[in-house]
Amino acid sequence: MVSEIDIENIARLADIGLSREEVAGFTREFNAILEYFDVLDQVPGKETVAAELVNVWRDDEPGCCLSQEDVLANAGSTEDGFIKAPRVM
Amino acid sequence: MAGTLTFEPADRYNAFITTCNAAPYTDGRLAGTAVAVKDNISTCGIQTTCGSRILAGYVPPFDAHVVALLRSEGAAIVGKTNMDEFGMGTTTETSGYGPTLNPVDQTRVPGGSSGGSAAAVAAGLVPMALGTDTGGSIRCPAAFCGIVGLKPTYGRVSRYGLVAYANSLEQIGPMARSVEEVSLLMEVISGYDRRDSTMVDRPYAHTPSADIAGLRIGLPAEYFGEGVDPRVAETVRNAIGRLEDLGAETVPCTIPSMSYALAAYYVICTSEASSNLARFDGVRYGPAAPTQKQWHEAYQEVRGEHFGREVRRRIMLGTFALSAGYYGKYYGKAQIARRNVRQDFERVLGEVDIIAGPTMPTVAFRLGEKSDPLSMYLSDILTVPANLAGVPAISVPCGTVDGLPVGLQLIGRHFEDERVVDAAYAYEQGGRS
Repeated sequence: MVSEIDIENIARLADIGLSREEVAGFTREFNAILEYFDVLDQVPGKETVAAELVNVWRDDEPGCCLSQEDVLANAGSTEDGFIKAPRVM
Repeated sequence: MAGTLTFEPADRYNAFITTCNAAPYTDGRLAGTAVAVKDNISTCGIQTTCGSRILAGYVPPFDAHVVALLRSEGAAIVGKTNMDEFGMGTTTETSGYGPTLNPVDQTRVPGGSSGGSAAAVAAGLVPMALGTDTGGSIRCPAAFCGIVGLKPTYGRVSRYGLVAYANSLEQIGPMARSVEEVSLLMEVISGYDRRDSTMVDRPYAHTPSADIAGLRIGLPAEYFGEGVDPRVAETVRNAIGRLEDLGAETVPCTIPSMSYALAAYYVICTSEASSNLARFDGVRYGPAAPTQKQWHEAYQEVRGEHFGREVRRRIMLGTFALSAGYYGKYYGKAQIARRNVRQDFERVLGEVDIIAGPTMPTVAFRLGEKSDPLSMYLSDILTVPANLAGVPAISVPCGTVDGLPVGLQLIGRHFEDERVVDAAYAYEQGGRS
């Protein structure tokens, strides 16, 4: 079971804006879904699948890319040929 | 001969988000053919929103590989079709641009998430369309709207230019009113692309054959059991009987991992979504983030305002499933479950050539009928296993219940897309005789 405080924390971690009014509904829906996910406890085996997998790499080959104009075309806020982002600090 | 196609459809079903009223085309096998493209596939110069308000106004500066292939064969890209927001849904009701209506019955959903593509084809607005299938999103709307839809083998069609939602599950695939047209579209879009590192160079060049004498068809008990409308099951059994009349042999089988496949699917797809959708922050594209605010505050404001409820729910579920302390319980177990599903399919498909069953457990829902998320998720039970296993699967119309279409789902071995197409073609041709 997750609480409303848990839901608010998850929303903050995921950078999802959740209004106060939405928290109770999300908590209820979350718990119903997580209860259904409990069926995964019946999955046999404890080993990890990742051990069987290998990464497939390709050479990093420089090639043609989008123009600066194309890259900036969809940005909501630009300045001096750069994309303008919110403050980090 | 090259030209321009005039496309001004009477779109009574809200099948399109964007239409191209004058669509250019060139020579080729699809010369002058109107093709609609799901709105999560990038089209150079044509707005691509993924059914989301967070991408309103986004115009890709490049074509997805499949779109470049369509253009090179002369297709006229006439519009971008409505869809569940970022492919998250089974009804096309989660679209930020309003729901699509099912042309067969406008009080019902077309299925999702490629509902706009299915409705555009079913209504006769276009002869063929592209969809994408992460957990059944081509096959479900094909079944609900009474058309044909193919989810190719994972890796058979390039995903370059597809706006990613759950990379390890999703595939682009063809939708049309006949198996022959689906096969032709598949042939065009399967050209190799080294930019998708999961793609295998196995071009699809195939003319459908209705000769299925000796074909062994597995009938999993799980596809006809609890939760499946008995009238849908009976309709599908009758269709399989027709395949037997054409020379196929049926064999009962079981897929025990089906009991947890759906939970595994939703853990994996939401986990991948939580990572993939992190890029939508209003900085590089979409509605501008307020730059005077601090990063997280601005980010949460844009995402809270412009992502729909289902998208936010799935991003949060994935964030939770991947969090420290829960990773082993959810994501780790889901990966083991996925391997078990794949092994079950390999075992069964070692004994039979094709697996058959209903595409969806019911006919099309009424608009608004699936109001709670879990009940909507449960309706994907028969389609998600093929995505977890990566095998090809097709849905072909096989009759009606209460006047609403029912889909016959045919699932094959990896890279045997041709065989599922042939089986569907045999059924379709047999039905016409």
